[in-house]
Amino acid sequence: MTGAGARRKEVKKTVITSLLSRFAAAPHVVWSVLFIVVPLIFVAYYAFTDRNFAFTMENFSAFFTPKYMQILGRSVKLAVIATLVCLLIGYPAAYYIARANAKRQKILIMLIMLPMWMNFLIRTYAWMVILQDTGIFNSVIGAIGLGPLKLMYTEGAVVLGMVYDYLPYMIMPIYSVMVKLDPRLVEAAYDLGCNPAQVVRKVVIPQSIPGVVSGIMMVFVPSISTFYISQKLGGGNFYLIGDAIETQVYTANNLHMAAAISLVLMVILLAGMFVMNRFSDDSAGGGLIP
Amino acid sequence: MENGAEKIIKLEQIVKSFDGEMILKSVNLEIGDKEFVTLLGPSGCGKTTTLRIIGGFETPDSGTVYFDGKAVNDVPPYKRPVNTVFQKYALFPHLNVFENIAFGPKLHGEKGPELTKKVLEMLEIVNLKGFEKRSISTLSGGQQQRVAIARALINQPRVLLLDEPLGALDLKLRKDMQIELKNIQQRMGITFVYVTHDQEEALSMSDVVVVMDNGEIQQIGTPQDIYNEPVNAFVADFIGESNILDGQMLDDYYVSFSGKRFRCLDAGFEKNEPVDIVVRPEDVDVVSVERGMLTGVVSSVTFKGVHYEIIVDIGGFKWMIQTTDYVENGAEIGLYIEPDAIHVMKKSEFSGMFGDYSTFSEEMEHLSDVNETEEEA
Amino acid sequence: MKTSKFVSRVYLFLILLFLFAPIFVLIFFSFNAGKSTSVFAGFSFRWYRNLFEDEAALTALRNSLVLAVTSGAIATVMGTFAAYGISRMRRKYLRTAVMSVTNIPMMNPDIITGISLMLMFVFVGTMLGLSESLSFVTMLIAHVTFGLPYVIMSVMPKFNQMDKSMPEAALDLGCTPLQSFFKVELPEIMPGVMTGGIMAFTMSLDDFVISLFTKGSSFQTLPLYIYGMTKKSVSPKIYALATIIFFAILILLLVTNFISAKDEKTQAKLNRSLRRADGQTK
Repeated sequence: MTGAGARRKEVKKTVITSLLSRFAAAPHVVWSVLFIVVPLIFVAYYAFTDRNFAFTMENFSAFFTPKYMQILGRSVKLAVIATLVCLLIGYPAAYYIARANAKRQKILIMLIMLPMWMNFLIRTYAWMVILQDTGIFNSVIGAIGLGPLKLMYTEGAVVLGMVYDYLPYMIMPIYSVMVKLDPRLVEAAYDLGCNPAQVVRKVVIPQSIPGVVSGIMMVFVPSISTFYISQKLGGGNFYLIGDAIETQVYTANNLHMAAAISLVLMVILLAGMFVMNRFSDDSAGGGLIP
Repeated sequence: MENGAEKIIKLEQIVKSFDGEMILKSVNLEIGDKEFVTLLGPSGCGKTTTLRIIGGFETPDSGTVYFDGKAVNDVPPYKRPVNTVFQKYALFPHLNVFENIAFGPKLHGEKGPELTKKVLEMLEIVNLKGFEKRSISTLSGGQQQRVAIARALINQPRVLLLDEPLGALDLKLRKDMQIELKNIQQRMGITFVYVTHDQEEALSMSDVVVVMDNGEIQQIGTPQDIYNEPVNAFVADFIGESNILDGQMLDDYYVSFSGKRFRCLDAGFEKNEPVDIVVRPEDVDVVSVERGMLTGVVSSVTFKGVHYEIIVDIGGFKWMIQTTDYVENGAEIGLYIEPDAIHVMKKSEFSGMFGDYSTFSEEMEHLSDVNETEEEA
Repeated sequence: MKTSKFVSRVYLFLILLFLFAPIFVLIFFSFNAGKSTSVFAGFSFRWYRNLFEDEAALTALRNSLVLAVTSGAIATVMGTFAAYGISRMRRKYLRTAVMSVTNIPMMNPDIITGISLMLMFVFVGTMLGLSESLSFVTMLIAHVTFGLPYVIMSVMPKFNQMDKSMPEAALDLGCTPLQSFFKVELPEIMPGVMTGGIMAFTMSLDDFVISLFTKGSSFQTLPLYIYGMTKKSVSPKIYALATIIFFAILILLLVTNFISAKDEKTQAKLNRSLRRADGQTK
């Protein structure tokens, strides 16, 4: 009698533990659906409805007007420029870091990451201190008889802010790919008759494409959606798509319009990622880079 | 097997498939108490799956596993009277040597000086006296191996399962460990079920060898049986070197192959039944052309230390022959084969798959060994 | 070869100068006796004193820490179990689907993650007739949500790298699956759990955009407080705060780096002696 009871208890325990291990991910899955998938559905729902939650296309017809097209165009333009600048100055940096000895690499990476740990609002604000008309930069060039230059509240200042804030996001993924690059590949290339420039072009760059692709995405996404940088360094003169969303939420109080703009931005980014992924797949096959 | 030892494990018509692929097709196996049984076969033959079914890590799709006559299909691993030595040891890196070995007894509530004494004894058995405080990451492969064995043995299992335990060690250490494992098994008096793809290891350690391929048991027998009386071309090819030829049983004790008629010791076949013939390379004598039962041209000579390995072309079939006499490449020689050197086998699904030595099979075999550990599920 | 080394050093120096220039400016002016951010009027701790007298700033700091610790802890526990479950999923498409959804907050712009959560919270709040839809709880939910992928990202590889037979060995020696998880697997993956937890914690501490959209009126975090200040004119006490944060992080990084470097050294020494060891145990 007691033996059977104990057996049943044992069986129950085994069943429970096996259920636990099978459904360990369940809370997370439920959470992800509730707080990732459902909110995105709400974005679409708000985007296609008016304040009374009746279906409408008005939010989109309001968006596809010259005013918003100009904002969208500017956002894309500045984000593309910032991403390219990050790539241009970040790529050699990643390459040089990956070639340093292990101890120095560690220190350099720590230094590159360190600013990212600072609050980005403060970091961005610090540039205002440097760039303002009576700021440090103008005092320095003033001392050698130049300037003062109008630096703040320009498109250039906005791009500078983006580059400054997101440059580590470009360097890190490229570095992590480069550091895994088998040094024997480089040796093999030399052995087969490449000169240093050819080694970089034919071996290093093609191998680093995955890092470049993720670097580009990691810089482009926050750049195109920023609103703080443009507010501070652009002085509100260079309205970006992020500003448009923020304004709709906090000034115009039109969540439906904000949702519509968000939806458009998301579609653009999805298309961009799709293209980027295609690009990286192709070059992994060995095509695009001459 | 024949001595009537008590059977401790019995597998009855075990079938197992993964993702629609049949890994085991009706395996029947009995393992006697205190025996050293080796499951031997190439990568993917189902030997590890068989071991995992005994250990309780896999459940068979159909068929029954018996321990002492009781079905244990639904008994989870932690309640079976077996312990396992895993391929890569699977020692717990966050515990030191002592804690690793004490892991099992502690779970069963043992502690205090008695447990300490037990662990230290165990360390002595595996020749690791004084290592109890060492951390796992400071041990070499051979030492980790010993800890893994001690960790399993301290639970006094009825059966110890060993999944290619020596696979990661280098050759010299491997040979030493083979002897040591055999000693431990005899001293502790427990059943070992040992999985390996190394036929030499299997032959030198086991009481019983189970040769497997394609999810089926091909042959069960003592090492001598397996080597001298392979049941089919697969076993003959897998165990040791062998020349496998097509032949015809003319009558009891008479067989023909290579266009000649030979005396042999086999009988009980039908008249003119097609058969497979195995001749081991070391059983062939090199003689002069006149005295030879077969004649051929030497096409390669390799010095192997104790003997020369020569390849002889006889009517297009490349024979491998091991001889202590030097012969010149290109020379014509005669071969003499005693009746007891000829082993006749029934035709099987493997007939014709293993032929002569015209391809460089040794290298291929070596390559497949390297992949073994990754492939085995 | 020598010139290229020189070029690389100069180049990296310039990059670091660019990255650190604004931070040094901040640190410099945090010790300014005057209020100006262009003229240095002498050394003083005035702004540090000022900071520690600012109740709002200290409350915001405390709130940030409470939020980061709570959301980090929830994300770490849930994410660790999730990684365990996901790494054991046999169906590949299921695993890919779960991972793709998990990574959405990491790929999506923060502003969209923030907006999407806000829309849902506002909608549900209105439906339930709450006077205020957004609160500490909504912010906490948001922070857990974007912290989860970082935890899973750092724990998953640990599960995948772990020798498959490790948990089996535990079962073999008599552990139940639950005991095996806590006695064997958890200690094994602990470094990943720690990294993930720290990442979720710092992401939460640093987050501004998502917090902005999901914040309630009564709960203000430090980044939100700073945002409020930079809307008006900024008091140098924020520089003082930034300086303190900077040095706190610097010390933390140096200490962890020092510890791991020491570990590596001893490990390297051991490995060298190990090569000889196999011979001795025969």
